Amino acid sequence: MGDFRYWLAEHKGTLLAFAVFVIMFGVYTGNHSAGFSPMVVMTAANKGVLLALVAMAQTLVVLTAGIDLSVGMIFVLANCLASQVVVGDTGQTTLGIICVLGAGVLCGALNGAIVIYGRLQPIVTTLATGAMFYGVALWLRPVPGGDVNSDLADALTDQVGGVPTSLLVLLGIVALVWVPLRRSEVGRAIYAIGSSEPAAYMSGVSIDKARFTAYAVSGLLSACGGLMLTFITYSGEASASIGGSYTLNSIAAVVIGGVSLFGGAGSAIGAIFGAFVLRTIGDLLFVFDFDPLWQPLFQGVILLLAVTLGSFRLLRLKNRLDLFG
Amino acid sequence: MTRTLPDFVTRLDKPVLAAFGCIILLLLLGSLYSSSFLSPEYLLQQLQVASFLGLIATGMMLVILLGQIDLSVPWVVTVGGMMSTAAAGWGPMGAALAIPFGILCGMGMGLVSGIGIAYLRVPSMIFTLGVNAVAQGLMVLWTGGFAPQDHATDTMHFIATGRTILNIPNALFVWGVVAAIAIFILTRTTFGRAVYAIGNRERAAYLSGLPTQRVMMLAFMASGGLSAAAGVLLAGYSTKAYQGMGDPYLLPAVAAVVLGGTNILGGRGSYVGTIAGVILITLLQSMLSVMKIDEAGRQLIYGAVIISMLLVYGRQKKAG
Repeated sequence: MGDFRYWLAEHKGTLLAFAVFVIMFGVYTGNHSAGFSPMVVMTAANKGVLLALVAMAQTLVVLTAGIDLSVGMIFVLANCLASQVVVGDTGQTTLGIICVLGAGVLCGALNGAIVIYGRLQPIVTTLATGAMFYGVALWLRPVPGGDVNSDLADALTDQVGGVPTSLLVLLGIVALVWVPLRRSEVGRAIYAIGSSEPAAYMSGVSIDKARFTAYAVSGLLSACGGLMLTFITYSGEASASIGGSYTLNSIAAVVIGGVSLFGGAGSAIGAIFGAFVLRTIGDLLFVFDFDPLWQPLFQGVILLLAVTLGSFRLLRLKNRLDLFG
Repeated sequence: MTRTLPDFVTRLDKPVLAAFGCIILLLLLGSLYSSSFLSPEYLLQQLQVASFLGLIATGMMLVILLGQIDLSVPWVVTVGGMMSTAAAGWGPMGAALAIPFGILCGMGMGLVSGIGIAYLRVPSMIFTLGVNAVAQGLMVLWTGGFAPQDHATDTMHFIATGRTILNIPNALFVWGVVAAIAIFILTRTTFGRAVYAIGNRERAAYLSGLPTQRVMMLAFMASGGLSAAAGVLLAGYSTKAYQGMGDPYLLPAVAAVVLGGTNILGGRGSYVGTIAGVILITLLQSMLSVMKIDEAGRQLIYGAVIISMLLVYGRQKKAG
């Protein structure tokens, strides 16, 4: 019973995001003219998976009590690179994918190296490296266009037995990247740094290694997102606004998914559902035939209300000093 | 009197000196490319453009000194521009009140941010993001339903682009006044002291009897008002307000404040540094575009220069 209480406390945010998503998605499909059909689910999944991957990337950095303002730009960079190299026969395509993912890891590693060895704050570092990544993306693809291996793209954005393939890809990435990382020593160290860096240091946790891993894997996940975007759009575009909106939405998704911006609490699974919730808000407004002009305002208000809900904890504070953390 | 100068110099800390050094270095490097980079006309023009960023960076600095951040800059700037031009459409009375009305709307957005962050204790990173989204929603709603009046008044145009005394741009005077007020507030008032104290440790500031929550709310209001003021000037500069006019200002504002030696975690920094940071960023952007480097190269160099400058003088003390 005691274990269950701790488990519940740890996963409260994730479960809440999951519940909200299920309810919202239920309302959405219930009111959609096509109902809960594979087509509707697939479209929603393809859109949601992109943000989910970027949100996972953001989670890793946020867990170490940092913030990564370059995730969106790595996403765009991967998209532009993929539209150049993920073409041709199977061998070439495989090489191209490895190249794209490698570029993502490299971007993340650069962030990590500057934060750790340059001792700069994550927020400033990633602000500047984000500009650099965008520059590289523009250099790779000055005008929107390019191509991608269409067989693979079709396969990855289609469905298998009613389940969207993109969801399976996301599941695969969670199983291959997140779960092993979470269970490893490095993964625990990432949480430890976020909870209290001095305590982690005193306990002999290898802080630099864990933080570096967090940034590098974050780059990898953003690149996965960029790759998926290429498969969905069949092209690459170096757009500052796409990068910016993915960065900002990833932060929102992480918060809705119950990950603490102060680090050390939450999980990437929560962030995935946070991303799905964000995407479903837009779909909901569409399905209820909202005046499109009102949609941005509504999304903003819902976001504000969602993040303000956490303030109810203030009512239970016993000591006013706890206000100030 | 003899001691004032050394005092003044010693009060400028290393990052500020380094930032000014970088400006001179940048100008020297630029003059190798073209001597026009040193002409007074070019420099005055850069200072005029820098004034817009300067206003935004002032608000951003206040907020960063508190250990927070204001990500609502892009659309609050747009709110300032659009609401002032909208007021200009309401007859002569509206035209007269255009500028204060635009700034007031920005302060309103800042007030919302301030309440959320100071009283509801939502992290500023996410709450200002939400306020930005709401501001965007309001402006989309405003411009989408009908075609609103979006032309700046003559006064706005005059303040943003005109030159009166000694051929000095009026916009620079506006920034000068704001800078003087900011320096006075930060160094000579209890409010300023409170800002630094909260940035260092809010708990301690609270226990010392400072109204920390009110100070924080007021700082966000000031930031919103200053962003909106920049929007008013920008609308005057380009004679009209348009969606996305504030987008290119968020990152440069944060970069300018940090390059000026203000600690991103709050509690430390001087306004003189922010002035240097703003000029540095503006010069860098302008030179890269004058040198006809394409956008890709510009972004790359821009990011790399910021990182390398920070690596030289913005490093934190080694922990542990």
